[in-house]
Amino acid sequence: MLNIKAGSTSHSAYNLRSVYSDVEERHTLAVIVENEPGVLARVIGLFSGRGYNIESLTVAEIDHTGHMSRITLVTSGTPQVIEQIKAQLGRIVPVHEVHDLTVEGATVERELALFKVRGEGEHRVEALRLADIFRANVVDSTLESFVFEITGTPEKIDAFADLMRPLGLIELARTGVAALSRGPDSRV
Amino acid sequence: MTGQTEQTGGQMTGAKMVVQALRDQGVDTVFGYPGGAVLPIYDELFQQNDIRHVLVRHEQGAIHAAEGYARSTGKPGVAIVTSGPGATNAVTGLTDALLDSIPIVVLSGQVPTFMIGSDAFQEADTVGITRPCTKHNWLVKETDRLGSTLHEAFHVATQGRPGPVLVDIPKDVQFATGSYGGKETRSTRYAPPVKGDAAAIEALARAMETARRPIFYTGGGVINSGPEASKLLRDLVEATGFPITSTLMGLGAYPASGEQWLGMLGMHGLYEANMAMHGCDLMICIGARFDDRITGRIDAFSPNSTRAHIDIDPSSLNKVIRTDIPIIGDVAEVLKELLGAWSARGRKTDREGLAQWQAQINEWRAKDCLAFRNSDKVIKPQYALQRLEALTKDRDRYITTEVGQHQMWAAQYLGFEAPNRWMTSGGLGTMGYGFPASVGVQMAHPDSLVINVAGEASWLMNMQEMGTAVQYRLPVKQFILNNERLGMVRQWQELLHGERYSQSWSEALPDFVKLAEAFGAKGIICKDPADLDDAIMEMLDHDGPVIFDCLVEKHENCFPMIPSGKAHNEMLMGEVSTAHAIEAGGAVLV
Ligand SMILES: Cc1ncc(C[n+]2csc(CCOP(=O)(O)OP(=O)(O)O)c2C)c(N)n1
Ligand SMILES: [Mg+2]
Repeated sequence: MLNIKAGSTSHSAYNLRSVYSDVEERHTLAVIVENEPGVLARVIGLFSGRGYNIESLTVAEIDHTGHMSRITLVTSGTPQVIEQIKAQLGRIVPVHEVHDLTVEGATVERELALFKVRGEGEHRVEALRLADIFRANVVDSTLESFVFEITGTPEKIDAFADLMRPLGLIELARTGVAALSRGPDSRV
Repeated sequence: MTGQTEQTGGQMTGAKMVVQALRDQGVDTVFGYPGGAVLPIYDELFQQNDIRHVLVRHEQGAIHAAEGYARSTGKPGVAIVTSGPGATNAVTGLTDALLDSIPIVVLSGQVPTFMIGSDAFQEADTVGITRPCTKHNWLVKETDRLGSTLHEAFHVATQGRPGPVLVDIPKDVQFATGSYGGKETRSTRYAPPVKGDAAAIEALARAMETARRPIFYTGGGVINSGPEASKLLRDLVEATGFPITSTLMGLGAYPASGEQWLGMLGMHGLYEANMAMHGCDLMICIGARFDDRITGRIDAFSPNSTRAHIDIDPSSLNKVIRTDIPIIGDVAEVLKELLGAWSARGRKTDREGLAQWQAQINEWRAKDCLAFRNSDKVIKPQYALQRLEALTKDRDRYITTEVGQHQMWAAQYLGFEAPNRWMTSGGLGTMGYGFPASVGVQMAHPDSLVINVAGEASWLMNMQEMGTAVQYRLPVKQFILNNERLGMVRQWQELLHGERYSQSWSEALPDFVKLAEAFGAKGIICKDPADLDDAIMEMLDHDGPVIFDCLVEKHENCFPMIPSGKAHNEMLMGEVSTAHAIEAGGAVLV
């Protein structure tokens, strides 16, 4: 009816995507917020209070003079729910911008993880060999253990974890996803 | 303003800053209750005369009074509460204001900054507790930032979709001295869009030309937008000849005496309004939000319509009902643009289609869905409201309500000709709202007639405010439709739970006349329909607060009714057999 091209919502307050589908989608959002006390609680409270999913959430101040933080949020839901999530985030007073990286174009997504793998003999050699293939770095080692640092997509980290488990993986820490759009332009 | 206000900037204590900021915002009345953590502010209030402080009898009363003040004036309401229990008592009112988009500013005291986190006496995590029930809130830790935060609070409460905000002020911040820069010091970033998208408005104007069965569905957003929005709405309805219905919150934006008026829609809405919503081909939703009390069963909601939705809050669009023409903006702005766009295109409508539509609506109207069987032995609640309407409709009148059957009957049988004249708890359905709200309304309009249409059970929830009404000589009329039942609960139990009336009796009720007298007010009891007019006149003629105990039929049900889980065209009407009307599936819905 409206004859506005479907696609990005970043420069329009309107929902330009069809919201009628029942298929759950995974979206990565970049939320630029004033780094004031309680702002993370507001965002998390919104998700828990309204029953939305959070698959991953990372936050850090990215502009120390302007006190701005960037929250990278991976969530899933039907298109209608995703649109609601963005609109609800946009209502939070200290939220400056909400970007749906998934509909705005190609993105790079990276996560960092630390793996502690304990073992001897064959297992130890195999762990090192796989770490090399995955371009994981050894950041700590003893005669019976390694700590690997690995950066990649969440899927790559999942895959590495699956391989390490039988080789003595005893502890794992992940940062959650950070994401940027590809290409020379910044939309944020 | 008086001599005290000459100097608005400079160095001052936080407590002084609070009073100064209220003055600079043009606040004339605050509702509140003192306590340890707000003593410095109360000390400053004591030493000035610009701002009246109304001492309520419970902090919940202060918030609802501020809501009544706000709703009836269009200005933000202000309340002050102490830390801990004062703040937690404010939670229901804040949530009420959030759901009904009422602009209020609540100032709460907090334990000194150096004691926060130590479980100090009367310490509560107020910003934590009120985060989900405010539009925004702040904990102010430095006196230097207090002034700008207070002004930002007023800005956020009133701009965009209005709502409640809270500023938590530790006691040491009130005592300390800091610099105050006046109203201009707030950060100006929060600025929701007010102007609608021109292409979308044009699309709506086009749809209006060809619609054969159009309807305006309006809500509280029209009233929040201000008097200009109501005026433009009337112009648009007049010019197009389209019928109009409204939610509970929107009553008065279009006059009840207007020719196109269909009455309220929704769960207890009028037959013609709900049937027209079901059968329309173009729905123009203005400042309403497709609440579940409005839509009934979602998948059967208005199955054949194109829907346009005008709202200032982007999250209202496509939240529950998909919209074909979404327009984000302030109602008054958008209506002005829409009238312009439609006029520029030649002010066309499908006259023939409209005439048929009107004929269909007249047929529905002929059903006379509000008809009830009157009695000369017992006062029917509908009759009581009809008489109240007849005897007060030409007066300068404001109505508040509690929550229950009486509220729905008030919405059905009272007519509202102007906006801001009807104060009711719509979204949260807060029993105990109406009495303190009437106090707030009367403070704002001392010479007007203010009536709270109440149920006996709701009224008892905040009856302590009789003290406030008497102390401030507020001639609020408490018109209690006393059915000695939690009537709305009883009705649902009758229809949904096999007539098992679990805990829905109002037992051990007070003698309301004696209760009024105990507070130093007037009490009137009426049980005979023949005495009703005289009794109502006696209430109206009394210059002071009155409790009117109107003993009504105990088992009357409120119709029409769309049971939960049913569609608009599956309304239950009065007198009809209601057995098995609601399937088990509907019983899980509220
Ligand atoms: C604070 C609160 N508690 C419970 C309810 C649930 N409730 C809705 S209506 C109602 C009965 C109200 O009784 P009364 O005030 O006498 O009004 P009536 O329905 O009899 O007119 C109840 C208990 C509510 N809305 N608010
Ligand atoms: Mg009752």
